[in-house]
Amino acid sequence: MALHHREAAPVTQVEIDLTINGENHQLVVDTRISLLDLLRERLGLTGAKKGCDHGQCGACTVLLDGRRANACLALAVAHDGSEVTTIEGLATGDQLHPLQEAFIEHDAFQCGYCTPGQICSAAGFIDELDEAVDGPLSDDLIRERMSGNICRCGAYPNIVSAIREVASARSGAAERVGGAA
Amino acid sequence: MKPFRFERPENAEGAVATLTASGAEHARYLGGGTNLVDLMRLGVETPDLLVDVARLGHDAVRETDGGGLRVGAAVRNSDLARDPLLRTRYPMVSQALLSGASPQLRNLATIGGNLLQRTRCAYFTDTSLDCNKRDPGSGCGALDGEHRNHAILGHSAACIATHPSDLAVALTAVGAEVLVEGAAGERHIPMPGLHRLPGDAPERDTVLDPGDLIVAIQLPPLEAARRSSYRKVRDRASFSFAVVSVAAALQCDEDGTIRDVRIALGGVAHAPWRAERAEEELRGGPATAERFAAAAAAELDQARPLEQNAFKVPLARNLIVTVLADLAGVAA
Repeated sequence: MALHHREAAPVTQVEIDLTINGENHQLVVDTRISLLDLLRERLGLTGAKKGCDHGQCGACTVLLDGRRANACLALAVAHDGSEVTTIEGLATGDQLHPLQEAFIEHDAFQCGYCTPGQICSAAGFIDELDEAVDGPLSDDLIRERMSGNICRCGAYPNIVSAIREVASARSGAAERVGGAA
Repeated sequence: MKPFRFERPENAEGAVATLTASGAEHARYLGGGTNLVDLMRLGVETPDLLVDVARLGHDAVRETDGGGLRVGAAVRNSDLARDPLLRTRYPMVSQALLSGASPQLRNLATIGGNLLQRTRCAYFTDTSLDCNKRDPGSGCGALDGEHRNHAILGHSAACIATHPSDLAVALTAVGAEVLVEGAAGERHIPMPGLHRLPGDAPERDTVLDPGDLIVAIQLPPLEAARRSSYRKVRDRASFSFAVVSVAAALQCDEDGTIRDVRIALGGVAHAPWRAERAEEELRGGPATAERFAAAAAAELDQARPLEQNAFKVPLARNLIVTVLADLAGVAA
């Protein structure tokens, strides 16, 4: 019978292991699923947003192994074994992350859709900062290095001031440590 | 998106064997995925099999004998851009990397993948339109359509698309070599030389054969590259592809005579464009703004602009002069 000659369907379900916001997850996933869809549709972590789904708007930005990345273009299967931090994992209990505090303080959003991506991206930016490569912290530098995050409400001036506050507190602290050494 | 199998081999030989032996009609290597995954979502790429090459251990930048660098193909764009040796010896390469995409994309994107990214021509990325690169023989929609940001050099009646990589432009100025693992073993491909002009086969971006895997990029020692820079003109200040870009390196003797000069253009052709005519004009003579202008004019004399992009000719000419004048410390 013809049925006996049918080839086995290709294996397109794969088991992966991810640590998300400190919690280990063993998952069987379709090879096609993006990290973003996995977070939102399978794990109920809807903080990371789907804007363009093409890597152009940054609303899906998460920290992947500690570095900011577009979750929409990351295939989950390609990041087996990785650590992911989403906006849901930035705070420590009820203690907001300094960037979350600063975004509230500076009114750095209007509709809020891009905000989780903005904050995760800003966390990555501050972590990457290296004066030897980037020069001194400036609003121009913040704008350049945050260009992967689009805000349709145009809250940019307040986003820049929120990030400047946290980044300069960080580099100020680094200088004090350096001065004492 | 079409279902596909996913394989993660142990090493480069395994990756080549997996891809070539798969029998898959459309198999692709996966680096960072920032271009490929997008093209799969758009239906431009429809692989049956992805072979992950981001974790084969090709993730180091190391110094070579004589003061060059060997960069593993899976090094992320952001990591190479920040490498201290690269920044000292080849500043234009670091600047080119930092001018491309956004920081979160640069954290995913790999060096090998960057060189093999596809054109952003809107007729290529939209499957409802005619494109000889995507669908050979269907025609070039851009030729009689929107082509403001298309090629002015080396294009053909079949394709007027440009190559989008900034890194490739800087590596072309350096004269880097691409190390490729293929079915017949390892070989070296010089740049320029990796990317093709379209001719009548625009579906082929490069000289690579099916199954060929880029494992590393080798940057030769190049004194001139220590004084080099990358300038990119684009439609907005950041996170945009080049309209025209220039990578240039300049080395002068104490009396101001040009000993070595390297110039490559981006955004103007199907491949990064090494400005050999301009380089020849300049070598051995003084580094003056007048000579820079004459050399740039000689290079752009070959340009064949299209109806909507004639502005790129003076733009490229002026950009060459500005970059060289900055490097020489003279007024443009």
